[in-house]
Amino acid sequence: MNPDAVNLADDAPREPFAVRSLLSADDLTAGDATRILDAAESFFEVSRRPIRKVPALRGKTLLNVFFEASTRTRTSFELAGKRLSMDVVNLSASSSSTTKGETLLDTIKSLEAMQPDLVVIRHAAAGAAAYVAARSTPAVINAGDGTHEHPTQALLDAFTIRRHKRDLRGLKVAICGDILHSRVARSNAILLGKLGADVHFAGPRTLIPSAPESLGAKVHYRIEPALEDADVVMMLRIQRERLSGVFLPTLREYSRTFGLNERRLALAKPGAIVMHPGPMNRGVEIAPEVADGPQSVILDQVEAGVAVRMAVLWLLCGG
Amino acid sequence: MASTITASGSMGSAATRDVLVLTEVRAIDPAEGLDGVVDVVIEGGRITRLGPGAATDELLRSERSDRIDGRGAWVVPAFVDLHAHLREPGEEYKEDIKTGLTAAARGGFGHVCVMPNTKPVNDRRSITEAMVARAREVGGPRLHPIGAITMGQNGGELTEMADLRDAGAVGVSDDGKCVMSAAVLRRALEYARTFDLPVIQHAEDHTLTEGAQMHEGAISARLGLRGWPRVAEDVIVARDLLLAEATGARYHVAHISTRGAVRLVRDAKDRGISVTAEVTPHHLMLTHEAVLGYDTACKVNPPLREQEDVDALRAALADGTIDCIATDHAPHSSLEKDCEFAEAKPGMIGLELVVPVLLRLVRQGALPLARLVDALTAAPCRVVSIERPRLKEGASAELTLIQPERPVTLDGFASKSKNTPFLGKQELGAVALTFAGGRIAHRLSGV
Repeated sequence: MNPDAVNLADDAPREPFAVRSLLSADDLTAGDATRILDAAESFFEVSRRPIRKVPALRGKTLLNVFFEASTRTRTSFELAGKRLSMDVVNLSASSSSTTKGETLLDTIKSLEAMQPDLVVIRHAAAGAAAYVAARSTPAVINAGDGTHEHPTQALLDAFTIRRHKRDLRGLKVAICGDILHSRVARSNAILLGKLGADVHFAGPRTLIPSAPESLGAKVHYRIEPALEDADVVMMLRIQRERLSGVFLPTLREYSRTFGLNERRLALAKPGAIVMHPGPMNRGVEIAPEVADGPQSVILDQVEAGVAVRMAVLWLLCGG
Repeated sequence: MASTITASGSMGSAATRDVLVLTEVRAIDPAEGLDGVVDVVIEGGRITRLGPGAATDELLRSERSDRIDGRGAWVVPAFVDLHAHLREPGEEYKEDIKTGLTAAARGGFGHVCVMPNTKPVNDRRSITEAMVARAREVGGPRLHPIGAITMGQNGGELTEMADLRDAGAVGVSDDGKCVMSAAVLRRALEYARTFDLPVIQHAEDHTLTEGAQMHEGAISARLGLRGWPRVAEDVIVARDLLLAEATGARYHVAHISTRGAVRLVRDAKDRGISVTAEVTPHHLMLTHEAVLGYDTACKVNPPLREQEDVDALRAALADGTIDCIATDHAPHSSLEKDCEFAEAKPGMIGLELVVPVLLRLVRQGALPLARLVDALTAAPCRVVSIERPRLKEGASAELTLIQPERPVTLDGFASKSKNTPFLGKQELGAVALTFAGGRIAHRLSGV
């Protein structure tokens, strides 16, 4: 096999990918998402070769613009671009650029003048990626905009579930924890729902948005009914700053009432998989034995991230 | 050359045409019990004759007469806005008293009450006087300052309300900020009552709206924006009504936005408490769904609510529970609006949009025309002490001519700002002429 070749036979016939920028999981039809996941299968294989690089996007430029700190997502996009032979530039900027005198629009306009093909943006403000996409020429990928969305996380989660469970249709997926502030929960509820999964949210009432049904998930205010007979259990990170906002009295009580331990996991189906978008608070939302246990696929998610982002970059650059 | 001669000729004759005659116009002034087709004669800044056949053949033949054919048009008393932000002093790049009053005239307003959140805050006589003096220089609609309740709008020490009133203030408000302390509000109500000033509350429990960007509900959940729950308005209105009852003061709810607050005001009125309320055109016409796509033009405070709130507001306006319509005209430049949603400042402009936007409600049958006119004219004058513009022989000419079927494009504003989601929309209903303080403050070309 030619190491420079990518086997994308599944993707033929080559219709142009209809999505220009990926800002929300809602930008994708089930067909678009499946096409990304199928392409990711091929790229997943590339990442396991001795030479983990293909020339698919040689000469294209990727700007990773992170207004918020990130290790895993930024690295994942960077590796994805590099494995496609893109020129990748990482930029860290302050989210509060307005206080430093430069607006988000000015920052993006200066970067756009450098002629990138794709801009990946993470920003603390909900809607920031859409704001940038509406005012710039290159395609934009939302790598997390405040408490709104993180669509490539949902894609890599769907990819991971698909690899373990084959088909998402009819699977019960329990997403547990701080739904209110979670962009991962939003994107996953939308995307997994589109792919046919039965999505359930669980969390204390202080961390569930009002009118949660608008996100297309069933809502539980105890973790147990969400876990019962679940095929997939996705735990969300609890952020310590939520304690100051009177959302939670203590992490101890949260862990005791909503943490995933072996006893609670037994409520799920025997072969259920356990996911976490990271970074984990071991001993808070997830017990170490579960995080490192046989049902955990948390590291698979990280590996899937690179393949899925390769697929997204490749398709948004015209496939 | 010919056009120059014609122009100077017409100017020459205009100088002698000092009588305005509106013929066969539908005159609507609910406070006067008037709704009928009449002629209106205006001379020397006053309505000299009003009634069927008031425009005699002699008047119409006179070279002094400037005749406007009123068929198909309505004449109403000039509008009174209880709630505008004209940004002067301090933020003249958004609006100033001159552009704000020009916008008001074009929107049909003869009187504009301006909120005190200028820079510096209008919390003292000198600023109130400066505003009034500047507005006199400009001419056109009359400006009525609303003074702050507390110094710097900080919710602490009371302002010198007697001084403010003597300088021209018609009420007090910390608009944009709620008076959070019950103790301070109690004293403010008592003190304002001493000088017969209404206390206008921006009802928002700030502890419930920290970081809030829009109405809390299905759309905020979807957009990941921090929600501003209805109850943050309701708890303040409920508390304030008890304080208003206890003090006997005149209490006015600014820009009411929730069905819960409407219910509280209705119950309080039934119990005889001295309470009034205003609603904005945008809270009557838009819901939180307008925010989808992170449209910062739709970021307002209080936020756009849900259909059930809109329905409750419309019903309450129709039955008089909500007394008046106020614009909350809040101009902002692209600096405050072309940015991330969380960075954007709340507010939209409104002075030039009231007629084209709200006539839709009348056409839909959601609001009787007489109630719309009352809510923009006599009702606000019952809240603050402004002498009511009226359609009556002998009254000062303060009136607005509306062409209800005339198509308009909502653009080309006199305001310096254009932050409104109605920008560029096509509507029916134009303000053809505004008389403010006895003089023509606005006249559409061709009228």
